[in-house]
Amino acid sequence: MNYLLIIGITLFVVLSIAAGLIWIERRLLSVWQDRLGPNRVGPFGLFQVIADTIKLFFKEDWVPPFSDKPVFILAPGILMVTILLTFAVIPFAPDFYVFDSNIGILFFLGNSSLGVYSIVLGGWASNNKYSFIGAMRASAQMLTYEVFMGLSLMGVVMMADSFSFRAIVEAQKDCWFIIPQFFGFVVFFIAGVAETHRLPFDIPEAEGELIAGYHSEYSGMKFGMFFVGEYLGVTLISAIIATLFFGGWLGPSFLPPAFWFFLKTFFFIFVFILLRASLPRPRYDQLMSLGWKLLLPLALLNILITGAVLLFLK
Amino acid sequence: MFSILRTIWLTFLHIFHRSETVEYPEVKPYLAPRYRGRIVLTRDDEKKERCVACYLCAAACPVDCIALQAAEDDNGRRYPEFFRINFSRCIFCGFCEDACPTYAIQLIPDFEMAEYDRQNLVYEKENLLISGEGKYPGYNFYKNAGVDMGVKRKGDGLTEEKPVDVNDLMP
Repeated sequence: MNYLLIIGITLFVVLSIAAGLIWIERRLLSVWQDRLGPNRVGPFGLFQVIADTIKLFFKEDWVPPFSDKPVFILAPGILMVTILLTFAVIPFAPDFYVFDSNIGILFFLGNSSLGVYSIVLGGWASNNKYSFIGAMRASAQMLTYEVFMGLSLMGVVMMADSFSFRAIVEAQKDCWFIIPQFFGFVVFFIAGVAETHRLPFDIPEAEGELIAGYHSEYSGMKFGMFFVGEYLGVTLISAIIATLFFGGWLGPSFLPPAFWFFLKTFFFIFVFILLRASLPRPRYDQLMSLGWKLLLPLALLNILITGAVLLFLK
Repeated sequence: MFSILRTIWLTFLHIFHRSETVEYPEVKPYLAPRYRGRIVLTRDDEKKERCVACYLCAAACPVDCIALQAAEDDNGRRYPEFFRINFSRCIFCGFCEDACPTYAIQLIPDFEMAEYDRQNLVYEKENLLISGEGKYPGYNFYKNAGVDMGVKRKGDGLTEEKPVDVNDLMP
């Protein structure tokens, strides 16, 4: 298939999902809170997304005079770019992917590390105490969770003997990695929630304490990019969980492979939203001690056991 | 750890709960007959104004939102020359209804009074006066008590005794 066409379709699908998630999340949250949610604009309130987008475009795009202007303007873009780039290595179907990198997982981890810059620079450039606290929390949280986010995936890499997402999916033909790599999955999932700073780990935003955290000063489409970036991150982590632990596009052949991929992805998106609907935000030190004292040893133990079993089977 | 999973599961079960939301403009809420909403001025069974402009409602009003001016017609029957309620002040306490000796002023189950212009919340007499009798059909103050205003003669009231002839000593 034409290379540019695939990039175009990927971008369109991914951005549509991310924008549609605004509506999906609000409706699902309202279902879980015994409400109705937005249902006024269009059928089932579906055009709420379009209305919100128009609203964001017409809002004043204010750059605070006390901010560091170039960095302030650059920051939301970094988030979008790093997350969208990562979608390039994810195979949606056996023959539908932008490029099949033999360092796919490393590419993903590297990009998600770069994504931290967006938040840190955005909070720093805002020159605002709340933004700054939010950015500091974000950097500490994401650095912590990136450590074992990478480590939790090493079990998968060892079992598939490859860093390529495609090869990992192929290796799950007989058995999804969720079964041998259950602890890896648990650690990666928690790290993924923290990585996308979604509730319950939305400590960088923490609207109760920090107004809106690192994006307090952002308005208009710049805020929109942070907003969509967050949903893109949710989609990305869900897609990666589906790919690495739940066999990606693999599934009964009466439906196309891409369908199975999106089914699994959406399942995890729903789990993300369910987590938001049910769990309170932990305290900052609780988050850090959970990361360093429980999840990091768990990830290391997982690598140790996986390695030992693989050596034994050889 | 277990409690976290239990929380998630219980939240998930809310999918099967019914929504508590009442879609208001389409689904109207039930308002009890005695609901205290918009204030009206009612008429008696002869379709005349019940209000006798006694100022008791204005005196009872804790927020001073009622203003009126008394006048008399040819029979000497009192009526309000103007009657003005400022609903931007009104707290719908119902004290005016309690104070009214003639059941003229009444609160009805209607709260949909929103306006874009604050001035429009000041209701004049023609906005307040309704053509019906409200909560007390058939009641006419002048048939029960009061002086001769062309409705009944002195002593002809429903609960009234005939006037005593002061020149007659017989009981």
